[in-house]
Amino acid sequence: MSYLELRNVTKVFTGGMFRKTTTVAVDNFSLEVDVESPFIRALVGESGSGKTTIALMMLGFITPTRGEMLYKGRNFQKLPRKERQIFRREVQAIFQDPFGVYNPFYKVDHVFDVPIAKMHLARSTAERQALKEEVLRAVGLRPEETLGRYPHQLSGGQRQRITIARALLMRPKFIIADEPVSMVDASLRATILESLIRLNRELRIPILYITHDLTTAYHLCDNIIILYLGSIVESGNVEHVIKNPKHPYTQLLVGSIPWPDPSRRWGEGQVPIVVDREASGTDNQCKFAPRCPFVMPICRESRPPLFQLNNDRSVACYLYKDKPVAESSSYLF
Amino acid sequence: MNQSTNQSLSQRDHLLLKIEELKVFYHTDEGTVKAVDGINIGLAMGERLGLVGESGCGKSTVAMAIMGLIKPPGRIEGGKILLEDVDLTRLSEWEMRMFRLNRISLIPQGAMNSLNPVSRVKDQIIDGIKAHNQQLSESELNSRVYELLESVGLRRDVARMYPHELSGGMKQRVCVAIAISLHPQVIIADEPTSALDVVVQREVMETIGRLQQELNVSIILLGHDMGLMAQFVDRLAVMYAGKLAEIGSVKDLFAQPLHPYTQLLIASLPTLGKRGVFKGIPGLTPSLVNVPPGCLFHPRCPRAMDICSLEVPALKEVDGRQVACHLYNSEVLI
Repeated sequence: MSYLELRNVTKVFTGGMFRKTTTVAVDNFSLEVDVESPFIRALVGESGSGKTTIALMMLGFITPTRGEMLYKGRNFQKLPRKERQIFRREVQAIFQDPFGVYNPFYKVDHVFDVPIAKMHLARSTAERQALKEEVLRAVGLRPEETLGRYPHQLSGGQRQRITIARALLMRPKFIIADEPVSMVDASLRATILESLIRLNRELRIPILYITHDLTTAYHLCDNIIILYLGSIVESGNVEHVIKNPKHPYTQLLVGSIPWPDPSRRWGEGQVPIVVDREASGTDNQCKFAPRCPFVMPICRESRPPLFQLNNDRSVACYLYKDKPVAESSSYLF
Repeated sequence: MNQSTNQSLSQRDHLLLKIEELKVFYHTDEGTVKAVDGINIGLAMGERLGLVGESGCGKSTVAMAIMGLIKPPGRIEGGKILLEDVDLTRLSEWEMRMFRLNRISLIPQGAMNSLNPVSRVKDQIIDGIKAHNQQLSESELNSRVYELLESVGLRRDVARMYPHELSGGMKQRVCVAIAISLHPQVIIADEPTSALDVVVQREVMETIGRLQQELNVSIILLGHDMGLMAQFVDRLAVMYAGKLAEIGSVKDLFAQPLHPYTQLLIASLPTLGKRGVFKGIPGLTPSLVNVPPGCLFHPRCPRAMDICSLEVPALKEVDGRQVACHLYNSEVLI
């Protein structure tokens, strides 16, 4: 039994004041988190691919329209209040904006004091102080330089590491990091990514790293899932996927990375960009078909399942239709 | 003697935009923030120049100064911004308005927030054209809008849409269309793709690059993404704490960065090499209120010497580019 599981979840948002519009943000997506073998996985996709919706579902903030989330084998929606409280402590999130997390009127201690009080993590003031200092040191910050300060007195990198320390405070079993470095300067990213790696290696905490940046995913993660319009298009070992992408969309993504090397031409030898964007995603065609340079008639007729290329790679593309269909739609690490 | 403007005369003659000893300070309650402290940059016709630096290094202030948009408590304290021998810093607000969009235009950061949400795309494009050219008829304006939309790779029917109906990349293209609407000589692009995905980023940058060549405009690209710089610009200026650290051709700079800051910036970039190796730049950018004496980078510099904490290094010519670092003092004497 996995620790946390999304089983065939679909999330549909409806909106529009006069005309009802529906958006399928996540489409029949499955993912299992195993705490016994803690990996760092990347969930990569462009904006609108549903990656944040998946994070919010895994955090129990929004309920799937179809499918279910299982926490220790039990439906999350039916958990008693007390166990939800445990879930809230065990599953922690790190968000994108290191500025929005803080209330500018409070010292940064506040982000530690509230969860300590709510979750009854410390019995005395001394214990509380010791706890704060311990988690700050774990992310490479000096407590005397951070505690007692206001958020504006710290850099973006320091603030983001404090939010990691706050997550750590709860003794989490699983961490979801949603674009944790995208608003931080490149020179400070390293410290944050290093903190995440340390949590994973030393405390054996599995991490779901959500990003649109393939380069940090490549360096941080063990496995990668590429999302396109709410569905998995490719998944596997991060090194294999990025060095040898199989799905045309992954090829396009990898080819669009601006590598810091002026002698290497941007997008050279890569999949061309097809600008024609007809209405994408009727139910019975591949969602990428309107932008795919290799589109075949079959792509317009039915949606490709995930084909299993080898042990660690599955690709949802008819170019690989001679391969066996992946047994479970669930992505297991 | 001004060592920093030592470009050869023939080269200087062809420069379209010259920034000389520009100083922009913000006067706050806590003290004077020297956001831009004496920088010199030349931009040739049809050139793509990158201006790279961490947040707070002053790159956006440079852009705002060129656009004449420095607002109190900010003030241009000195220096010149010459566009074909007209000093932009001396223009009145009215004269500056004639220059904006017409001669110099800006592609702002975050296209999401720079368009008017309650106005159609067409009206927003026309707005700028009309402000400079009142004689155009309705049909002339319309055909100009369609022409502009097509040149940035958008369909004609985008004209009657509202910004919320467009994706981030499409909104950024609309901003590009507005920026080129009057054929300016200089376009300043302030992190034009920072909020976009890699594929959309490549599309937008390819569009900007193609238009740059077709219209032969000069572009100043601001940003902190060295990867994007490597792929887009001809010449790169590295800014640190309000000053230029190094400026040279992008190929030279990446092949052999001279300034320790440039070296660290390039080393901190992720490549497809060994996984799990993270290199950051230790320390923090200095507060620009109480600037340390000497080179502003010395507290973070792995190669700092005694002189670095005493004397500000001047920008000087080394190996065909300019660098402000005491490490290269001896080479100047030769």
